[in-house]
Amino acid sequence: MTDFHGWSMPINYGSQISEHKEVRKNCGVFDVSHMVVVDFKGPDARKFTRKLIANDVDNLKEDYDGIYSAMLRENAGVIDDLIAYKMEFGYRLVLNCARREEDLKWISLVSSGFDIEIKEREDLDIIAVQGPKSLSILSDLGLDSLESKKRNQGIYKDKVLAVKTGYTGEKGFEIILPNDQSKSFWEKILKAGVRPIGLAARDTLRLEAGMNLYGFEMDDSISPLECNMAWTISWLDENRSFIGKEALIKKFESNKHHELVGIMLDERTILRHGQKLFLDEAKEFEGVVTSGTYSPTLKRPIALARLPRQDKKFCFTEARGKLIQAKIGSTKFVHEGKEVFKERK
Amino acid sequence: MKDLINQIRYLPSHEWGRIDEIGILTVGISDHAQDLLGDIVFVELPEIGKYLDAEEESAIVESVKAASDIYAPLSGEVIEINEILIDEPEIVNESPLKDGWFYKIKVANIEEFDDLMREDEYQASCEEE
Repeated sequence: MTDFHGWSMPINYGSQISEHKEVRKNCGVFDVSHMVVVDFKGPDARKFTRKLIANDVDNLKEDYDGIYSAMLRENAGVIDDLIAYKMEFGYRLVLNCARREEDLKWISLVSSGFDIEIKEREDLDIIAVQGPKSLSILSDLGLDSLESKKRNQGIYKDKVLAVKTGYTGEKGFEIILPNDQSKSFWEKILKAGVRPIGLAARDTLRLEAGMNLYGFEMDDSISPLECNMAWTISWLDENRSFIGKEALIKKFESNKHHELVGIMLDERTILRHGQKLFLDEAKEFEGVVTSGTYSPTLKRPIALARLPRQDKKFCFTEARGKLIQAKIGSTKFVHEGKEVFKERK
Repeated sequence: MKDLINQIRYLPSHEWGRIDEIGILTVGISDHAQDLLGDIVFVELPEIGKYLDAEEESAIVESVKAASDIYAPLSGEVIEINEILIDEPEIVNESPLKDGWFYKIKVANIEEFDDLMREDEYQASCEEE
């Protein structure tokens, strides 16, 4: 067990690689109750949420639909990444536990002048069920109406919000449910033969899927353009003013920002967070590894890295005293069990 | 010499050395070490014929958590390496004291063997960590 921002959490329940493979092949269950759920109610809930986050909740058509977004400072630095759900009472945000205090402080600050009620839902837990067999397992447990849903769409039944989403690159669901139901739900899932998965495999799964982790790919000195989150900014309604918009437009115009790329190595060495990358053998400091691991699916080292925008196919790094070459490519490595990494051509 | 057969000794840095046959030391890492490292994903072994000094860096083991140098428990020439670890490093996690051995050396000075830690001393040092 490890202390994770005040929560006692298992790094792994056994071998993290076998947990990882179980999610890619069958199904695994994650207790992610440490994540922060905040509800916005009241007449200004929509107006406020459209200002607070860079994606636009007006893109959500039905109740229980969700969107991935960044919450930005005025200078476009990422305060946190989150999922925002449309609820019948307003909106629900699911935020990172590590950013709880900063997030709540910021939300409270920005909300001044809006007629809304902000409520942190400490009475809710979150259980994620991920893997190719997740749908059939949840159907057996009575959540069969999830079948027809698309990614980031959900259902609400008996105080339980179940959404087709996840942090693994597999088919899967996140279930937000009251504390007093979560233990029995967890036990039911385990009884159905699903293995519990710890933090370590959660990290290698998200990295293979090319998903960001706060404090690694992004922080409040990094804009969404530099952490592969440009696609989450909604420009559809040009009259919408969201926090960070002007700074983002300036960054787009200057076109000088860094970008997040995927890195793959042939060498048998793992790239680690903070490791320097060079664009040529002269070794001028150029970029940095944001997250690196051994990919259990591809059986080789992979990493996400922040580099200046350019079109080189390779970069270099130092490992054990020698300079080694790494391929630059897409940030996604694995999707639904299959390799999807695309090298630059 | 014969009474040393099957005897195992440790370095404080978690390597073990065992006299499996007269004059030959088999080297690996302890169960405690593999547990600390977590899933092992790469093992780099020394070249056959290389002469190692006692406590010299001899191999590298890398897990999802960290890379660690493996030191030679005794001086001697590398005569055999466990090549299967290159493709199946997880064997070190599964069987650190048996199938997960790293390499064998022809011991240069068997008297060094007695300077190594005995099982009980090693286990006690792990508990202190």
